[in-house]
Amino acid sequence: MTLTEARPVKAEPPVHKPSTRKRLVPYWLLVPGILWLLVFFALPLVYQASTSLQTGSLEAGFKVTWHFRTYLDAFGEYWPQFVRSLLYAGTATILCLLLGYPLAYLIAFKAGRWRNLVLVLVIAPFFTSFLIRTLAWKTILADGGPVVDVLNTLHILDLTDFLGWTEGSRLLATPLAVVCGLTYNFLPFMILPLYTSLERIDGKLHEAAGDLYASPATTFRKVTFPLSMPGVVSGTLLTFIPAAGDYVNAELLGSTDTKMVGSVIQSQFLRVLDYPTAAALSFILMAIVLVMVTVYMRKSGTEDLV
Amino acid sequence: MTQLSKRPVTWLRRNLVVIAGLLTLAYMILPNVVVMVFSFNKPNGRFNYAWQQFSLDAWKDPCGVADLCGSLALSLQLGFWAMLGATVLGTMVAFALVRYRFRARGAINSLIFLPMAMPEVVMAASLLTLFLNMGAPLGFWTVLIAHIMFCLSFVVTAVKARVMSMDPRLEEAARDLYAGPLQTFLRVTLPIAAPGIAAGALLAFSLSFDDFIITNFNAGSTVTFPMFVWGSAQRGTPVQINVIGTAMFVIAVLVVLGGQLLASRRKNSAAPE
Repeated sequence: MTLTEARPVKAEPPVHKPSTRKRLVPYWLLVPGILWLLVFFALPLVYQASTSLQTGSLEAGFKVTWHFRTYLDAFGEYWPQFVRSLLYAGTATILCLLLGYPLAYLIAFKAGRWRNLVLVLVIAPFFTSFLIRTLAWKTILADGGPVVDVLNTLHILDLTDFLGWTEGSRLLATPLAVVCGLTYNFLPFMILPLYTSLERIDGKLHEAAGDLYASPATTFRKVTFPLSMPGVVSGTLLTFIPAAGDYVNAELLGSTDTKMVGSVIQSQFLRVLDYPTAAALSFILMAIVLVMVTVYMRKSGTEDLV
Repeated sequence: MTQLSKRPVTWLRRNLVVIAGLLTLAYMILPNVVVMVFSFNKPNGRFNYAWQQFSLDAWKDPCGVADLCGSLALSLQLGFWAMLGATVLGTMVAFALVRYRFRARGAINSLIFLPMAMPEVVMAASLLTLFLNMGAPLGFWTVLIAHIMFCLSFVVTAVKARVMSMDPRLEEAARDLYAGPLQTFLRVTLPIAAPGIAAGALLAFSLSFDDFIITNFNAGSTVTFPMFVWGSAQRGTPVQINVIGTAMFVIAVLVVLGGQLLASRRKNSAAPE
């Protein structure tokens, strides 16, 4: 695979030798933004870490007691929701890749003068609030609706019932509906990075592969796909991470049997007001996601995404 | 001869990609079509999920539901200020990262990357912990603070990409022609970076406008537009929601298409580089 050497080499940013007077300039530029992130992103995580180790009640107040049991108890009680979250998010990510790749490929290589229009169509749904669009899926997947009717006539729902993806020959309030909603909601996050990395590929490489008697399939497998790996990596991350923490799809399109860990954190925090458990749960989620992201990035050899 | 026999296969393969891509596009557009169609519905009962009959009622009276337009105005306001705050702070950080070498660069890079790699619900919960601990009253300001926080990283990424691809010789040329640092920045650097800044700003606005999870945690009793929609999913969905969703969709498409038309016209009229 010598062709990967054609990957564009990132140019070193120009380095200015600053005079003493100007040496502080970068710090003045950085301070406001970095301070904002430190105070409103990093500091809250510290607060949450301390909250997760507190015990007490809303009336008596909470105190840090280094009560690590909260983590065990929280995970012991809600591990099905964790497993479900990772399973649904993982499935949605794979579906996004399978559905998104042809469209990104279409925009990058086949759309010609329609390219901008298709790109606009990919981004445009963003501008209708995603909650409204998710509610529209309630109409599309409704019992007695055309989708359910067709799938029933073809006995596909019997098969999915058998597999446990759906229940009672309906789509709403089933895992399938939740995965469908997740896939739908995060598809643009997959398509845009894929498109960006596909678009950078030099068309001459395709010609060269063709000249060397590679079939289109071989060209794709040996040239196009490897070169689009940065897009695949950042696309899968941008899809998986928000999907794993999402609870909107599970709440709107699912049932109590499809609750994801986001739902639990939300209700512990805002309804049950059990802050330590909620904090512990969200830390476990964060740890799982960060570990998976780190391992994945190491494996795929893409270290910088910013 | 070999070419001829290969052609149908090639044709099929080429069109397979196109067909698959168009199906995905249809999957992405379908909900918007449903939202649009159902904005002309006259539902039987509180929920607008099943088609009853054609009606223009909701379009004639888009603010006819209590609190709907108030929440929309609030979201637009939030979107604007979050966009402004995140764009200014993010652009400054992006310039510092590309143009200067300094200590703690790696740490700063990860501080910018982490908010994008964090499930929203984690940030939402931890930020609420902070506000509760500080006794900050939840409302407009806490939501704005949160929105600027999660939009910042996206602006940095967008601006950084643009500034990094900028030819440093252009600025050197400006300085050689006796432009002061301020003049160089305003007349050379900023105009070249403008598309990146604009992309970042647009992204920040739409992220803020559409945010639900972080807002829901930190808004207290303040109701933004996404929160109104969420609440209505429990209480009953007024048709007006679809009207506003459709209007936003149409306006956005027109703005983007208009902008592209303008850009291509400008490109055509400008002398080739």
